[in-house]
Amino acid sequence: MTTVPLIEARDLTIRFGKVKALDDLDLTAPAGKVLAILGPNGAGKTTFVRAVSTLLRPTGGTLQVLGKDVSREPVAVRRDIGLAGQSAAVEPTMTGRENLEMTARLFGHPRDGARRAASIVIERLSLGDVADRRCSTYSGGQRRRLDLGASLVGAPRLLLLDEPTTGLDPISRREVWDSVRDLVAAGTDVLLTTHYLDEANELADHVIVIDHGHTVAAGTLSDLKASSGRDVIEVAVNDPSQLEAVGHILERVTSNPPRLDHNGRRASAPTAGGAKDLAIVIRTLDDTSVMVDEIGVRRPTLDEVFLTLTNAYVQNGSSR
Amino acid sequence: MIQTVTRPIAPATAMSATLVVARRALLKFVRTPALVGMGIVQSALFLFSFRYVFGGAIHAGASTYVAYLVPGYVATIVLFTGGGIAVAVADDRVEGFTDRLLSLPIPRYSIVMGRALADFATNAWAIVATAAFGFLFGFRLGGSIPDGLAALGLCLVFGLVFTVVFIVIGLLAPNAQAAQGMSMIAFVLAFMSSTYVPAGTMPGWLQPFAQNQPATVTINAVRALFEGGPAFHDLWQAALWCAGIFAVFLAISMNLYRKATA
Ligand SMILES: Nc1ncnc2c1ncn2[C@@H]1O[C@H](COP(=O)(O)OP(=O)(O)O)[C@@H](O)[C@H]1O
Ligand SMILES: [Mg+2]
Repeated sequence: MTTVPLIEARDLTIRFGKVKALDDLDLTAPAGKVLAILGPNGAGKTTFVRAVSTLLRPTGGTLQVLGKDVSREPVAVRRDIGLAGQSAAVEPTMTGRENLEMTARLFGHPRDGARRAASIVIERLSLGDVADRRCSTYSGGQRRRLDLGASLVGAPRLLLLDEPTTGLDPISRREVWDSVRDLVAAGTDVLLTTHYLDEANELADHVIVIDHGHTVAAGTLSDLKASSGRDVIEVAVNDPSQLEAVGHILERVTSNPPRLDHNGRRASAPTAGGAKDLAIVIRTLDDTSVMVDEIGVRRPTLDEVFLTLTNAYVQNGSSR
Repeated sequence: MIQTVTRPIAPATAMSATLVVARRALLKFVRTPALVGMGIVQSALFLFSFRYVFGGAIHAGASTYVAYLVPGYVATIVLFTGGGIAVAVADDRVEGFTDRLLSLPIPRYSIVMGRALADFATNAWAIVATAAFGFLFGFRLGGSIPDGLAALGLCLVFGLVFTVVFIVIGLLAPNAQAAQGMSMIAFVLAFMSSTYVPAGTMPGWLQPFAQNQPATVTINAVRALFEGGPAFHDLWQAALWCAGIFAVFLAISMNLYRKATA
């Protein structure tokens, strides 16, 4: 038996008037993995999730969810998915339990089945203490988790989470992450979108970076780091007013735009030349009055990988 | 080990989906005291003002002003309270509830039907409460009780028809505030009708509209039923308007739900 991919998009295009929110997007998401769609604001993440949820019809190309085409079999797709959208769609005047039972009924559970599904989800997401309170009294994290629960009561094959932790404080973020991990452990496939690298790092096995409606890179995070990460020369200085000068030197040597971090008093730039470039930078700095605290070549951080990937796309895109 | 949720055996039927959607909309209404109370207070205050403040200066033919005013006022109450429907629909869309519904395996029309069913109930509440204030302010039935009930029934039908219009407004508006503003278009129908003054007293160029628009013919039929006079002519005109508006706006609303975006 061959395994059907969770999601398969071929030349997927979605336009809003003149704006192409998705532009010939190609991606294959293997089943049995947690997939993160990573991209900056406006990259097309929500549009992609809405297309997978059958809320938007592709303008061009094809999109299959668990082997079913969203345009031709939207009803079958809806039976397989649970959506927790970008804003937590819980009804504030109803209790958590009432919200879950309502959604369970809409998924098709009979009354007693809905009650049972709601209780199980409440226990699984540790919402027992607040389940019988109106949601208007919930914290942001509790609302999010309840919304997650609402997408679960129908036991969907694929859970879609659009920016599940945007706007949450660090503690609530951890709570949501823990809940997602529990679900994954219980065997639900998850597609989530995020613009936080650490979130992808925490939750996902497989990452697809998109920008301007295009797939920019795909693979595991370590794949991405290995493939697109150029080493970085980083210089820490004593006097932040000298950062500009250091930045100019880095740019001249590496031919890459430097990043200046005034709070951390650091300047950095990706380099293709590695140790050779580092030596040049050190020599050049020697001839100036810059007081260097620390200098070295290191592997790029995930943030830098992400910035490199999305920037590279902007540059290629504009020169086409 | 924690139990796992089982998959439902079959998707929800249209009927049960409609009832669940309606129940949620009604719960939201009932549990928001401002919605339940303010609409009624507002409609009572307006009725009071027209009856006791402006009423003395308005001559509406042979009958007393309260007898003239109340039937039209009750019939068109939805034009004033309907803004709440548009706001609720816009809120659901902006806050993601509509997306959730659209992602579920339920028939699309059950979303509109559930909404309309809930609003049918809230309209009934507004109509009955307003009629009660009418009686309190001195209105009396001229005809039989069955005629009076038929009049209220027609008010309910008119309310249902405009519920669908307000759903469309809620779906077209970019947000709740805009939905509230756009709903004021309905005031045109309320004021340029025979509710407050006979359409015959309006300038000639306005009369073709004022005499024949849906609110006026419905009001005339409701008034005739309350008074116990012949209502047939007005009734069939009202029925035609209602059926036409209902069909057109129902189709528009289903189409808009299909491509509702936040
Ligand atoms: N309903 C819409 N109408 C017009 N443009 C839209 C609409 N939805 C999204 N877009 C545009 O499509 C692009 C992708 O948006 P979106 O998918 O929301 O990005 P993300 O979720 O990654 O921030 C953006 O340029 C956005 O302005
Ligand atoms: Mg988004």
